[in-house]
Amino acid sequence: MSWIAGFFSTPVHNAIGAIYGLLVVASLVSFAFRKLRPSEAATELSKRVVSWWWMITVFTIAILTNRIVSTVFLGFMAFLALKEYFSLIPTRRVDRGILFFAYLSIPVQFYLAHIGSFGMFLVFIPVWMFLFMPAAITLKGETEGFLRAVGMLSWGLMITVFALSHTAMLLTFGVKLGYAAGPLLFLVALTEANDVAQFTWGKLLGRHKIIPKVSPKKTWEGFIGGLITTAAAAAFVGPYLTPMPMAWSAAAGALIAVSGYLGDVTISACKRDLGVKDASNLIPGHGGILDRVDSLIYSAPIFYHLLHYSYGVWPEGVL
Amino acid sequence: MSRLLRGAFFLLIVRPVLTIALGTHVRGRDHLPKKGPAIVVANHNSHLDTLTILAMFPMRNLPSLRPVAAMDYFMRSGPMAWFATNIIGIIPIVRGGGDRNADPLAPCRDALDRGDILILFPEGSRGEPEKLSAFKKGVAHLVKSRPDTPVHPLFMHGLGKALPKDSFLLVPFNCDVVVGETLSWTGSVESFMETLQSAMTGLAGQIHMVPWD
Repeated sequence: MSWIAGFFSTPVHNAIGAIYGLLVVASLVSFAFRKLRPSEAATELSKRVVSWWWMITVFTIAILTNRIVSTVFLGFMAFLALKEYFSLIPTRRVDRGILFFAYLSIPVQFYLAHIGSFGMFLVFIPVWMFLFMPAAITLKGETEGFLRAVGMLSWGLMITVFALSHTAMLLTFGVKLGYAAGPLLFLVALTEANDVAQFTWGKLLGRHKIIPKVSPKKTWEGFIGGLITTAAAAAFVGPYLTPMPMAWSAAAGALIAVSGYLGDVTISACKRDLGVKDASNLIPGHGGILDRVDSLIYSAPIFYHLLHYSYGVWPEGVL
Repeated sequence: MSRLLRGAFFLLIVRPVLTIALGTHVRGRDHLPKKGPAIVVANHNSHLDTLTILAMFPMRNLPSLRPVAAMDYFMRSGPMAWFATNIIGIIPIVRGGGDRNADPLAPCRDALDRGDILILFPEGSRGEPEKLSAFKKGVAHLVKSRPDTPVHPLFMHGLGKALPKDSFLLVPFNCDVVVGETLSWTGSVESFMETLQSAMTGLAGQIHMVPWD
């Protein structure tokens, strides 16, 4: 029985236990819904809940095994997101090799996050890849569609690899602060919980649409309900999983809710422009990886930099 | 021995690489033949086409899966010929006219008579990536001689972007495969070719194609 005692020994383990508790409740609700009022929406909901079991289990194994496994897992998510993006955008045949280099930036960026090389982590993609890719495209000698290709590749690399690599940096930073995977779990759990809360409040009370042209299902009621729910949950778990006190945690939760919403609608606008509803069919009921991590694309860098600004130390040699 | 090697190659190399690098999305998997004799007809853009189709079937079908491939290309050198026949399991056939008296389709008929599942690319070569070229009539003549054989049309998109004809660099892209409803012999070569072409065009229409030029 000692492994059970061991399992509930750290805040991260306890929080994961609580998440599974919520998952059991969600499964019971979805089951009852499907039995009492069978409909297409009920089937769709149960598909989503089943996918949540899978995603949460994979994520749990990834963050509890060890830091190398966690970072490789997070890098693999970025790879899937970038692959989905490259598969959706119009690309030029001549840029095949450049796309390959863009993929190669993933192991480099996540290695920099793993060793906690903050300065290099910040500039590798926004400076080095940003300058290198257009130059490499230029050397191919094809100028037709140049600007479109450069713009699409740079933006895609930033929103997938750079933005998502902040999850790995957050893990490194959490370890440095003595909170292990706590801050990462705080970010990911609250970002996803905010998505679910926004969806639920929107279904229950939603009337006033925010930007119907981009996201017809997003309402002010859902957004505000999600914001309050997420801030409240953050106030409750923040002091436990991160160094932030209660009020600061609530503010971080609100920031995650707002940035998560912005990420969601930004990726929606991108998909709408490309003429697709879902980025792929990888996760039943959810769509692709990009559909699942859209909120995280915004909330990860913003929460990381909030935490770093509040609790980070200046790199040696600056002051 | 080579059967074991073939199984290991697909289970340990082809399937993991295709899953990670490509992540193929298959629609209409139920339309694939459960057992031979049967013919799978597909469009051809990349060397990955054959591997992708072979990997879509359950492992127990692997020994009976026989891609039909050009003898002049795959049987050029010793090691390549060994790999193509023993690991990929191809049936080499002579491309183009050549000897008028010889029957290039004889090995295909023999395989069907043994109960194998043939994989045919009637475009003849990989050609211009991601462009569908006209089908050659060999497939219709083959079905004519074995009119009870079910024909399964299959359309692939994206593999030509991941590994086109002129490249050795595999660049990851999500790929789409659609398997259509089973076709059968229509009574004449012309009408069969028309049915097949329109079935393929219909399958292509189900896929969201992304411009690539």
